[in-house]
Amino acid sequence: MTPTREQKIWMYEHMLVSRYLEEMIEEIYMEGKTPAFNMAAGPIPGEMHLSKGQEPCAVGVCVHLKPFDVVTATHRPHHIAVAKGVDLNKMTAEIFGKATGLSGGRGGHMHIFDPDVNFSCSGIIGQSVGPAVGAALSRKLQKKEGVAVAFLGEGAVNQGAFHEGLNLAAVWKLPVIFVIEDNGWGISVPKTASTAVEHNDIRAQAYGIPGHYVPGNNPLEIFRVAGEAIARARRGEGPSLIEIETLRMAGHFMGDAEQYRPKEELAMLKARDPIVAMRTYLMTVDKMSEAEDQEIVTRARKRAEAAIAFAKESPYPRGEEALEKVFV
Amino acid sequence: MTTVTSNVRKQTIARAMAEAIAQEMRTDPRVFVMGEDIGQLGGVFGNTRGLFEEFGPERVRDTPISETAFIGAAVGAAADGMRPVVELMFVDFFGVCMDAIYNLMAKNTYFSGGKLSIPVVLMTATGGGYSDAGQHSQCLHATFAHLPGMKVVAPSNAYDAKGLMISAIRDDNPVIYLFHKALQGMGWLGTEPASIVHVPEEAYTVPIGKAATVREGRDVTIVGITSGVHHALKAAEQLEQKGVSAEVIDLRSLVPLDREHVINSVRKTGRLIVVDEDYQSYGVTGEIIASVVEADISMLKSPPKRVAYPDIPIPFSRPMEQWALPNPAKIVAAYESMVK
Ligand SMILES: Cc1ncc(C[n+]2csc(CCOP(=O)(O)OP(=O)(O)O)c2C)c(N)n1
Repeated sequence: MTPTREQKIWMYEHMLVSRYLEEMIEEIYMEGKTPAFNMAAGPIPGEMHLSKGQEPCAVGVCVHLKPFDVVTATHRPHHIAVAKGVDLNKMTAEIFGKATGLSGGRGGHMHIFDPDVNFSCSGIIGQSVGPAVGAALSRKLQKKEGVAVAFLGEGAVNQGAFHEGLNLAAVWKLPVIFVIEDNGWGISVPKTASTAVEHNDIRAQAYGIPGHYVPGNNPLEIFRVAGEAIARARRGEGPSLIEIETLRMAGHFMGDAEQYRPKEELAMLKARDPIVAMRTYLMTVDKMSEAEDQEIVTRARKRAEAAIAFAKESPYPRGEEALEKVFV
Repeated sequence: MTTVTSNVRKQTIARAMAEAIAQEMRTDPRVFVMGEDIGQLGGVFGNTRGLFEEFGPERVRDTPISETAFIGAAVGAAADGMRPVVELMFVDFFGVCMDAIYNLMAKNTYFSGGKLSIPVVLMTATGGGYSDAGQHSQCLHATFAHLPGMKVVAPSNAYDAKGLMISAIRDDNPVIYLFHKALQGMGWLGTEPASIVHVPEEAYTVPIGKAATVREGRDVTIVGITSGVHHALKAAEQLEQKGVSAEVIDLRSLVPLDREHVINSVRKTGRLIVVDEDYQSYGVTGEIIASVVEADISMLKSPPKRVAYPDIPIPFSRPMEQWALPNPAKIVAAYESMVK
């Protein structure tokens, strides 16, 4: 399964949208947080887990999905939300805590919910799994079209919810795909110190489902493997597990000094930027011209800028609105 | 306070916790530490800093993100003669591992007819106020205090933090040790300066189950724990400007609960306000008020008041979160409504 030129451009452009949005968020996040870094200060308070470097996982999978397909994500959700088609303006406003945000400011960056495109996430590690399994079950019971994809970090595979969810999906042969974004780190703990196997695709065997490992953080490879797994699920042949080697280009969250991370690894980050690699690929293989690239870059940047402007201009909720929406 | 030294040695709660653990590890080889990012990183909230360097990876163990496994393992190790200190990074994460906590850790002593001792210390971060939303900002005081079989402590300052930690490690029973992020002294979480106090260098204990009067007064008793104590102290200062003398009690422990201490104070002041950053209903505020009313309702000059978190998930957006949190102004207003 190979992507068309159009699909490749789509992937490239959505990686750019996510990256530009995060770069703008990054800058605004630091307002009010210097010289002393206080998480509570500035226009965007709270934890901020950037996904830069991990964009290939999001686009390589979500390019195969329709709005009716279900995606559950993690505490690091921006790239996936962008690729799944979450309303960018409302998502950004949510990240700013504005009344116009997806949840009116109740959720924030770790709790992006957009039912219009069947996207949700949880800040609790491993808890993307159950809801995806349940959505897949619901589609099966209702004989409704659609698959579910659960994204999780490689650190999450040591959580009980992962193993229970895999088995449940396998035994009920549900249309769900588990996508592990392996960035090698769970906060300060390297994968080698927390996980007993080198690659988690092998764990699929324990549940009798196909497992794939995708090295290289390459959208085209991810496209191929995810495409096959999703097609399989759509045919009613059951779940798959995919582990993708990816790259955390930022700290665990903003403000993380990353003293635990080897200097050589930090020095390599820029050179391993998957967006740069994708651009080079498109220029050499798909003969993307400078002009076409500029057009795509400008389009992506404008979308991000518009979302930031929308968020900035939007009003805050009133304090007492906190009491609303506990129940429907 | 039990110890007086001439040199003032101000410490954060984070530092005091780490020092307490280190001192116990030096004298007791059964003590070891497990949790996420507690090794080289020194804990996300700084309370294990220096332990990895001093004691090495055998006794200071970074775990996978497997709370059920390592808290369950702490119970097993404790029953087998060790004294584990384990960290659940945020109290909010109890959901993935509560069975190990309340069905194993809290009950195995009872199930064994008192033959088994389970000396686990489970330390975990509480509290909000910095826009970390509903899965990273809760206090859950009542959730743990409600379930029998675990002691529950929660310091408001570094002196108590060290003394309570040493008591917790030496206790032969499981102890939940709740530390509030805003009091931790980590700059990036904002810091309540009043939580940074003198901490004696030598090991000492603060008894579990004993409240402390942190400010004496005549007209009203304000009871709190962790952040609530600091709100209460600030409210007491504001009330003093208005000629009202407020007594402030720091519960320090939720289990056992020092009811007598509160009752004695209310007997003197005749009025009671309870402050809690945990959800209001079925919580610490109701328990304290019930204890006073059950003891002697006639000592109250007016109905008691509570200043607690409303019964809603914690919102991310700053205006909503700040609106919902307890604060000194709400305590002052509670007093004024009592005497109107
Ligand atoms: C149940 C639970 N335990 C611990 C945490 C704290 N925590 C947040 S992110 C994280 C590391 C996650 O690593 P990984 O799953 O690999 O995702 P990454 O951060 O690398 O994207 C941890 C331990 C949590 N949110 N939930």
